[in-house]
Amino acid sequence: MTEFKVPELGENVESADVARVLVNVGDTIKKEQPVLELETDKATIEVPSSVAGVIREVKVKKGEKVQVGAVILTVDDSASGNGTAPASTAAAGAAAAKPADTRDKQTEEAPREAAPKEAAPQPAAAERPPDHKVLSMPQRPSGAGRGEAAEARQAPAPAEAAPPSPPQMRAERGPAAPASPSVRRLAREIGIDINQVQGSGAAGRISLDDVKEKARRVLSSVGSAAPSAAGAARARQLPDFQKWGDVDRQPWSSIRRSTSEHLSYAWNAIPHVTQFDKADVTVLEALRKAHKDRVEKAGGNLTVTAILVKVLATAVRQFPQFNASLDSERGEIVYKKYVNIGVAVDTDRGLLVPVIRDADRKNITEIAVEVNQLSARARDRKLTLDEMSGGGMSISNLGGIGGTYFTPIVNWPEVAILGVSRGATEPLWVPGPPAGPAGAFEPRLMLPLSLSYDHRVIDGADAIRFLRWVVEAIEQPFLLSLIG
Amino acid sequence: MADVSVQVAVLGAGPGGYAAAFYAADLGMQVALVDEEKNPGGVCLYRGCIPSKALLHVAKVIDEARHANAWGVTFAEPAIDVDRLRAFKQGVVNKLTSGVGSVARLRKVTFVQGRATLTGPTSMSIAGAAGASTLRFEHLILATGSQPTRIPSLTLDSPRMLDSTSGLELPDIPKTLLVIGGGYIGLELGTVYATLGSKVSVVEMTSGLLPGADRDLVGVLEKRLKGLFSQIMLNTRVEKVAEEKNGIRVTFSSGESVFDRVLVAVGRRPNSTIPGLETTRVKVDAKGFVETDPQRRTAEPNIFAIGDVAGEPMLAHKASHEARVAVEAIAGHKAVFEPAAIPAVVFTDPELAWAGLTEAQAEAGGIEVEVAKFPWGAASRAITVDRPDGLTKLVLEPKTGRVLGVGVVGSGAGELIAEGVLAIEMGATADDLKLTIHPHPTLSETLMESAEVFFGQSTHVYKPRKK
Repeated sequence: MTEFKVPELGENVESADVARVLVNVGDTIKKEQPVLELETDKATIEVPSSVAGVIREVKVKKGEKVQVGAVILTVDDSASGNGTAPASTAAAGAAAAKPADTRDKQTEEAPREAAPKEAAPQPAAAERPPDHKVLSMPQRPSGAGRGEAAEARQAPAPAEAAPPSPPQMRAERGPAAPASPSVRRLAREIGIDINQVQGSGAAGRISLDDVKEKARRVLSSVGSAAPSAAGAARARQLPDFQKWGDVDRQPWSSIRRSTSEHLSYAWNAIPHVTQFDKADVTVLEALRKAHKDRVEKAGGNLTVTAILVKVLATAVRQFPQFNASLDSERGEIVYKKYVNIGVAVDTDRGLLVPVIRDADRKNITEIAVEVNQLSARARDRKLTLDEMSGGGMSISNLGGIGGTYFTPIVNWPEVAILGVSRGATEPLWVPGPPAGPAGAFEPRLMLPLSLSYDHRVIDGADAIRFLRWVVEAIEQPFLLSLIG
Repeated sequence: MADVSVQVAVLGAGPGGYAAAFYAADLGMQVALVDEEKNPGGVCLYRGCIPSKALLHVAKVIDEARHANAWGVTFAEPAIDVDRLRAFKQGVVNKLTSGVGSVARLRKVTFVQGRATLTGPTSMSIAGAAGASTLRFEHLILATGSQPTRIPSLTLDSPRMLDSTSGLELPDIPKTLLVIGGGYIGLELGTVYATLGSKVSVVEMTSGLLPGADRDLVGVLEKRLKGLFSQIMLNTRVEKVAEEKNGIRVTFSSGESVFDRVLVAVGRRPNSTIPGLETTRVKVDAKGFVETDPQRRTAEPNIFAIGDVAGEPMLAHKASHEARVAVEAIAGHKAVFEPAAIPAVVFTDPELAWAGLTEAQAEAGGIEVEVAKFPWGAASRAITVDRPDGLTKLVLEPKTGRVLGVGVVGSGAGELIAEGVLAIEMGATADDLKLTIHPHPTLSETLMESAEVFFGQSTHVYKPRKK
């Protein structure tokens, strides 16, 4: 048999009027079930039971004034098999918290984390012996963080009811990430969860650089322009494609995954502009055919790509901002004094971009041989990371497959990329000599070119000048040897 | 006073409130600071940390003078002039509070003395000596603090009954004093009165003094307190207090006694019954604390709460740290309150201090830790001042040796704990402490040597590492 008493109702509330009795003798009640409505001068409080069982006696009546600690009910709790000490999970003594004029019912439950189970049967007032089986509202947790300004206990509590709670905010969350306060602040300010950062220091200590690196990776992987959105930029929920028919799921290969991360980052970090033009490659194509065999003997393939690598290598020496990178952190543009040109290669595993080093110092035959070798290595999965890094500008030739124009994504940290589509014979208006006939349409082989660039580093006018230079060099290959 | 409009109003001028006001002023905001006292300071400066530390300093000097007998230097028993002692303490308080007051003026913070009533989320009326005025604000920081908990059965309208406030007023040196509550306030004030000559008894309801601190640390302090106090009653409940002609008759769960004075120090409660609070959306939880988010913002978005009124632990240094968080939040920064450790210091003799995870807490939470202890009996500095009663301990993550908690008991522990807090905040490991050169001979070496104990390599303690 257990007695259920009027719990603590709030600061400075000693008694209350019984507004309603919600249960009768013989009722079987559950824990948390409201049994009584009490009216204080501050609010009406619904009092939930902290015991379960069959009510044997109801000791209060409507309209009565009851004191805190007075017995409300006696409950036979043997039936419910409730052998353990009942936990005090009564309603919050929130009465004091509510404005005097709100008489809305208080049905909120006590915050359970504030009343740990082991602290439960806690005497409401100091004079009660600790073994007295009294059920009351949870009081202030005892003993948290004694220190300079305050002592925490409201009423002395039994020893076992005093959970050790030193002044430590993270007790329930486990130890915080091993990072200094300034590093934690940086992470917070740029929207990185410090607990998600891998520390590079001893014992996993997280440095400022670790946070920056994490931010960079988050940016490139989620392709989110706003760093603060890092947490929110998780992939959206996909629909169930099976609903509309069978599907086949294939693993996202690591190459595709890293390509995706890289391109997402580049796409988000770089304000892209793409410029289009056409080059008359009729002469070049004739030359290409004429010298094809010679290059083939050297072990190369005299392709448009190989020639364009040489054109670009020469062009970036005239336009150094196309062979540059932006260091936004230091507020500097890095101009490279070497000329390495990347060549995008389509492989069965995805896109790879091997780099032709010092392309400006190689002749077209040498370049053609190297492109051949690197492409073969790319398709045989033999490219090393080293062979794919250090590019200054890249070229992506889709002409072998088709298409007219496209908008290639700049291969960060480069600032420009030249896209090449399929050449086609078109009628070109060729003006006649000044004194002769007006002119005529001539069939010319035209090559569509698409130049994407980082507008932070390169202005539109420069981009047109650059692309015109490239076009002219293609149309008059002599320029390459003249200037380059 | 004329009506005033400011960007930030701070209600309550304790170490949380005035820190908030000053910082906001430093960030270029117009600030008003409202308090009932003549100067900023709050409980800490007027009725708490500061006056108690002044008295504890005197107690320590008396105690050392007595102890000097053991070194062959004998002083006469001290003659104590309570009025002059009280005046010294009051002088300390006045100096600090007027100092804070003048700093407020230098920063052009408008200090308003009076009792405030909120009249909505952006205004309050203030009843001061010079009449009523209205203060309008864009943001408000509630820093109203806390007050001693009153328990009806221990409340008696008698000058013989003291709480921490009146106890610090030092009305006299009673022949016998009962301290109800074995927390830090009771032990600190008990130490003062016992050293000044009172026979002090301490009664605590739980099984130990200073709940929350690790028992091995408390054990060191308790040993000394047993010599200082005439009795320490644990697991003992005060049933009743009644005034008689010759004192207060106190009925315990085990017998009764008469005391000249009784000091009740059973805790503090937040001052959250702020007049007019119901005109805002600010919420107060069941324990009486104003509910806030990690930025210390209440349910009313332009109102913040910091310090004792905003939650445990009720410590001045927590309040002033929260002050900066709240002000930065007002200034639009992404500041949040997320300390890895908040140190707690008990200024008894020896002092007892801890920060971060305690051993008991680790045990209760099922967190695997390794504990490294360095007893001060092996610390040369402790021996030179004849105070080998001390212990420094580190609570470490077993795999990495990361410092999760630090506990120190011993003379000057309150100063030593700061290094421990820094270690916890920086994510330092026992290795870091070990590899940091500490000056010799100082008590700070005990932190380094505790770390060496973790590796089984302490110079002054031979304790090979198991495993």
